[in-house]
Amino acid sequence: MAQENSEIRYLNPPTVELRKKKYCRFKKAGIKYVDYKDPEFLKKFLNEQGKILPRRITGTSLKFQRKVAQAVKRARSLALLPYVTDLLK
Amino acid sequence: MLKQYETVFIATPVLSEAQMKEAVEKYTKLIADNGGEIVHQEDWGLRQLAYPIEHKTTGFYYLIEFKATPEFVSILETQYHRDERIIRYLTVALDKDAVAYAEKRRNGKAAKPAAPVVEEAPVAEEEIPAIEEEEIESND
Repeated sequence: MAQENSEIRYLNPPTVELRKKKYCRFKKAGIKYVDYKDPEFLKKFLNEQGKILPRRITGTSLKFQRKVAQAVKRARSLALLPYVTDLLK
Repeated sequence: MLKQYETVFIATPVLSEAQMKEAVEKYTKLIADNGGEIVHQEDWGLRQLAYPIEHKTTGFYYLIEFKATPEFVSILETQYHRDERIIRYLTVALDKDAVAYAEKRRNGKAAKPAAPVVEEAPVAEEEIPAIEEEEIESND
């Protein structure tokens, strides 16, 4: 079987998807507290409408996703971040 | 037992500098009078609001870090609520990580007061893998 497999020729070299592994930036950088007073930093976790991005996209761990969400909501109530918008970035 | 808190309030932009100072004094005095101690104060000045509040697009931000008893927070917030100069306020209890962060932030600011605090993430912007689009193409 192994030999047969090796005889197969591809017209195009088979594309092997190498997706970079996602990681939690807080764990990596050793950040323990997510500050609500820094809207520029929190914008990394928002989409263009100012919605909070899900963990499956940012790769943030659950522990810090909760903290990010809390911080974003605090920043919103202080008018540091908008509740709704278009073209945030 | 005193707990550490942090409060930010937004005052209306129509206040003069003296009036703003008076407002700040009122709250710092309130904290001191109720057996609290002020750890740090910070004036953010006139800032653009992300959305209009009471038809105003700017406001004076002021941050006070203080230690007080838990009972005091409701007293402070009642005062904020009754004060017409204050358009928004937020009081947050600081846990040990937050206290450590606040200290670091304070010292960082003191070392270079002119430079704005830019928390640079060493990570580049996340690349969002376009999985769904690929799948749609293969279906055709």
